[in-house]
Amino acid sequence: MNLDFLDFEQPIAELEGKIQALCNIKDQADIADEMQALKDKSDALTKKIFSSLSDWQISQLARHPQRLYTLDYLDTVFDEFTELHGDRAFSDDKAIIGGLARIEGMPVMFIGQQKGRTTEEKLHHNFGMPRPEGYRKALRLMRMAEKFEIPVVTFVDTPGAYPGIGAEERGQSEAIARNLYEMSVLKTPIVSVVIGEGGSGGALALAVADRVMMFEYSIYSVISPEGCASILYKDATKANIAAEQLKLTSPNLKKFGLIDVIIEEPLGGIHRDPEAAKKTLRSAIVKELKTLNNLTHNQLLKARGDKILGFGEFKS
Amino acid sequence: MSWLEKILPTITSAVKKNIPEGLWSKCPSCDATLYEEELKNKFYVCPSCDHHMRINAQTRLEMFLDEGSLVEVAENVETEDPLKFKDQKKYKDRISAAQKATNQKEAIVVRQGTLKGMNVVAAAFEFKFQGGSMGSAVGERFVQAVNKCLSIGAPLICFSASGGARMQEGLISLMQMAKTSYALNKLSDQQLPFISVLTDPTMGGVSASFAMLGDLHIAEPNALIGFAGPRVVEQTVREELPEGFQRSEFLLEKGAIDMIVHRAELRDKIHNLLTIITKS
Repeated sequence: MNLDFLDFEQPIAELEGKIQALCNIKDQADIADEMQALKDKSDALTKKIFSSLSDWQISQLARHPQRLYTLDYLDTVFDEFTELHGDRAFSDDKAIIGGLARIEGMPVMFIGQQKGRTTEEKLHHNFGMPRPEGYRKALRLMRMAEKFEIPVVTFVDTPGAYPGIGAEERGQSEAIARNLYEMSVLKTPIVSVVIGEGGSGGALALAVADRVMMFEYSIYSVISPEGCASILYKDATKANIAAEQLKLTSPNLKKFGLIDVIIEEPLGGIHRDPEAAKKTLRSAIVKELKTLNNLTHNQLLKARGDKILGFGEFKS
Repeated sequence: MSWLEKILPTITSAVKKNIPEGLWSKCPSCDATLYEEELKNKFYVCPSCDHHMRINAQTRLEMFLDEGSLVEVAENVETEDPLKFKDQKKYKDRISAAQKATNQKEAIVVRQGTLKGMNVVAAAFEFKFQGGSMGSAVGERFVQAVNKCLSIGAPLICFSASGGARMQEGLISLMQMAKTSYALNKLSDQQLPFISVLTDPTMGGVSASFAMLGDLHIAEPNALIGFAGPRVVEQTVREELPEGFQRSEFLLEKGAIDMIVHRAELRDKIHNLLTIITKS
């Protein structure tokens, strides 16, 4: 079993293994036909599997070990990037990366959550779970962006804000709340992209935006499927059922008007063609920024405010 | 059946008859037996151990506002079950049950009234309604409370008691954090105060939105206030939590709240502070 593939990807993994083996054969001319046939078969199989993914399978894709993380995107998505550190008060939270960047020549302030791939990286970035100083660093950078009139681009990829003793002591709640409050009226365009996992308040604290985009197989939820299952079913293994109930996939969230744009992923997900995914993301961001940069502050804030006030389904 | 069992039911029913239900209650903290009438006069604070008991929204608003402050705001706003959520029970049925049990339509109740003659809008959470959780209806009611303040030029006082965002409305509930926080900007623009009174318990998405955005943060003694629940924190860090972790006194020490005020003094203290910060 190939550990870089999920359960439901195993049939694809087998075919990919065969293709890989053929690639190692010296005389490629002899096997060209066989190779093409296998590739077609693999594509067809992937299409078939991906046309009927369950919400739980999508949740697994959103957290796929080979999925791109924030730092993997920076080189291709932006022309340049200079990291800026620290909240100027307590420390530099490595779960949130921020800095000045350019995209197609346009200046932006970039802020993104970073999970980390190897064990060492995961520990360094705290598995992408920010502490209050991370949110405060993000807010500091957003305020700077507002001052110099440059748009903000954020990437969301977190299981949630870190539930630790120090985080609580330093006001995790207040840090998140403050970002919601300030972002909702920040006088510069904000574009947020959920690139993997949008975990609750810890995600929203970087995602109050003029445009919220989601990669196709990302998830965004008030609580993780496992957390929901352990509370409502007293059984974390019922996460698959909870995932369906929570409606945490991009098409569902778009339908409810909670996100604005779905960014299509390469066949089989981002991890099957990372370079294509990076380019798609780059053009999606550029497209939104070009529209938003044309709006006056008043137009921008009016539209953002109206959108936020429109969230909710109730009778009165 | 022994002779004892034969007479037992009659004995218990006789005892029950002599003590009308609801006349006596027990302090959940010190187990003292308390006379309901006295407890009410003491604002549901245990006279023997000073434990501040959880109270319902109506009691809260009645004890805080002047007598006769009965105008409810957004009283018809109710949830729609947008996700058609169903776990072991249907969300719709859970809502109906909560409505029956609490006699409220949602987990927050808003009233326009007076506090020692001063026009105010006050909101109180109904913790027994789905754990005081915030979904669409709670978010909308909060925003309408803010709008009422804007239209009459009154301050907003909110007594929170909530487990956080309401799971059964999924991401829509999460967005209520943004919605309520955004609304507070409007209050601020008009120099209208928002006083957040944190009562036991104020957690998760409610604590991580409007409840931590007050001009003043006032907590009742020993209230549990935080982002993640203490059990979640304990399981994550795998060490013993410090004494008094996430309690009002701990938050005061860490700088998250302005003061801790005894329930009996809340009316006087809040009125006093409002007279200082509001223009007459």
